[in-house]
Amino acid sequence: MSDAVAVILSKKSSFEREPDRRSADFHEELFALEAAGELIVQRVSDDYVNVPTKYGIPKKIQRGHLWHHKSCGQCGHIPGYSTSIFWIMRKLGYDYNDPRDQTSCTAWNYYASATSNQAAQAAVALRNFAAAYETGYFPLIHCGTSYGHYKEVRNELLHQPELRAQVRKVLGKLGKEMVIPEEIVHYSEWLYAMRDEIAANSILDLSKVAVTVHPACHYYKLVEGDAIYDPDVWHGQRTAAVSGLVQALGAELKTYSTFFDCCGFGFRHILVQRDFTRSFATLRKIEVMREEANPDVVLTHDTGCVTALDKSQFATRAHDRNVGVPVMSEAQFAALSMGAHPFKVCQLHWHSTDFRPLLEKMGIDHEKAWAEFQEDLKRLESGEQQYLTWADTGV
Amino acid sequence: MANVTAHPYLKLADPAGFAEVPFDEKKRLIDKVVADPRFPHYLYGCYECGICVAACPSARFYDFSPRRIAQAAARLDIELMFQQMEEDIWECSQCFSCLRCPRGNNPGGVITVMREVAVKEGLHSAKSALEGYSRIIYKIMSTGTQVSPDMLQPDAFPDWGPEVKDVSENLALWRRALPPETHHTTTTGWEVADSTILELYVIWLETGALEMIREVDAGIHMILEEIMEERLEEEGIEL
Ligand code: SF4
Ligand code: SF4
Repeated sequence: MSDAVAVILSKKSSFEREPDRRSADFHEELFALEAAGELIVQRVSDDYVNVPTKYGIPKKIQRGHLWHHKSCGQCGHIPGYSTSIFWIMRKLGYDYNDPRDQTSCTAWNYYASATSNQAAQAAVALRNFAAAYETGYFPLIHCGTSYGHYKEVRNELLHQPELRAQVRKVLGKLGKEMVIPEEIVHYSEWLYAMRDEIAANSILDLSKVAVTVHPACHYYKLVEGDAIYDPDVWHGQRTAAVSGLVQALGAELKTYSTFFDCCGFGFRHILVQRDFTRSFATLRKIEVMREEANPDVVLTHDTGCVTALDKSQFATRAHDRNVGVPVMSEAQFAALSMGAHPFKVCQLHWHSTDFRPLLEKMGIDHEKAWAEFQEDLKRLESGEQQYLTWADTGV
Repeated sequence: MANVTAHPYLKLADPAGFAEVPFDEKKRLIDKVVADPRFPHYLYGCYECGICVAACPSARFYDFSPRRIAQAAARLDIELMFQQMEEDIWECSQCFSCLRCPRGNNPGGVITVMREVAVKEGLHSAKSALEGYSRIIYKIMSTGTQVSPDMLQPDAFPDWGPEVKDVSENLALWRRALPPETHHTTTTGWEVADSTILELYVIWLETGALEMIREVDAGIHMILEEIMEERLEEEGIEL
């Protein structure tokens, strides 16, 4: 165990997890399979931050040179989400690879319609991991579901030789090697690891901004041992992802009684049974937050959660329910605090619940920003410029 | 004593219903669930404590309970498990809050396996749950990304507010206003390389994932099979 993690864990005074619930460290099996010549483990480079996980196993988070495993829901419907992650990396000077040789994890299909199977899911995961390995960049997973699902896939591959044989055969047809990264890392873990650097680059006073956090089920409930827990955040009893960054940014982190509840996304439900999603997202999450914490914003770290919590509020308002809390990822919130443009970078016009009062409280002139964005759109429309570029966003 | 039946624990003579389906057929399906390599890792017996129900979002709004799923599976109650495959499993949100189980069970995972069998076998529940879902299956299998910007249509999502209309009306322009070079697409979330899609087709065909949808949606299966085989043939890729 590294010194840094030992110091962090030594601060745990009052809270110990029951030993019989501890999950085993998967690294041993992973490296044993590598030694047996069964697979390649893509190593984290020397430039990493050590972070503590739920049962104290340290996790290495590589700082730069990352391969961005994008999320179909983020890129498709909340594009300011992925754009903000890239923007923060550029702003802090970390290089990255935004690949075209990447499919989604396809787990939305697996969890929503069950029109896939174990071998297909494992082959999709390992095809993406092999694609990352070939570039030399280390994978960083944007979606909470991809992250959770890939951890499930890793467990299955480590424990089922028949599955490994099946997937090896498929990958052989693709000319790909069997690669599993040393750590499966979610972007919110990278933000947590870099939180002090991000906070040092924040230009806004967020002390008056009240924030609630919705932790994504697939981040910390699926294969729970990998998720980050920190004694300085919620006394180590709740995952520190998102909340740790909120604290570092100096915003007012507020609790509410249904913190551990799901968002109601449901995979299938958000598309074809939205009455369920809407009821759960608003009655169990947004209204409870509103009554107990009255937040200016709810931050979360997964595609589905942003969608379910944000989009469910419009129709609920028609029933005079106590809703109206803007929803975004902590990546967008952190980018805003570092001076990112609310529309060119954070792309808030793709969101439904009104975010303008939040921007006002953060000291951001949204009318001016919208006018600037309109000017950009005019240039794109006239053909003077084809695409908005990073140069237009100052990074 | 009208409610006294042959079985002292059950109030109805035929509590699980589906009497028209022969027991052997039900058993054949449940045997497939139990034979799945994930099943033994998802179920270690059940205390019937109900902790999973307390955590379960679907249990709050549906007549649904992960405890019943775990209980029936732990007892290998063929009749009840079949009933759940026809009536319960599609209510689950697949959030995995039920992993809080003190016994280490994963009722949501048991449901994943039950759903796969229901799809593969073309059970009525799978067909009706996936009604209106063809487009999504088509998208993910043919493009490698599930959610595309052009799915944001006001007639599909009237309950999501007027912003959906703004997005759909300005879609091409707003996509060009995204700084990441991979994001300028409208029919996929990002630009996926052609060679990557071909590799995905090989995966769907080689692992039997495409075959899984034959029973539940013959039309979409046929279209996808044609697309995949044609593209692979063009590229000279043999399976
Ligand atoms: S995975 Fe399904 S059964 Fe488990 S808690 Fe979530 S909705 Fe309930
Ligand atoms: S599955 Fe687990 S949590 Fe649910 S009733 Fe059984 S023992 Fe309790």
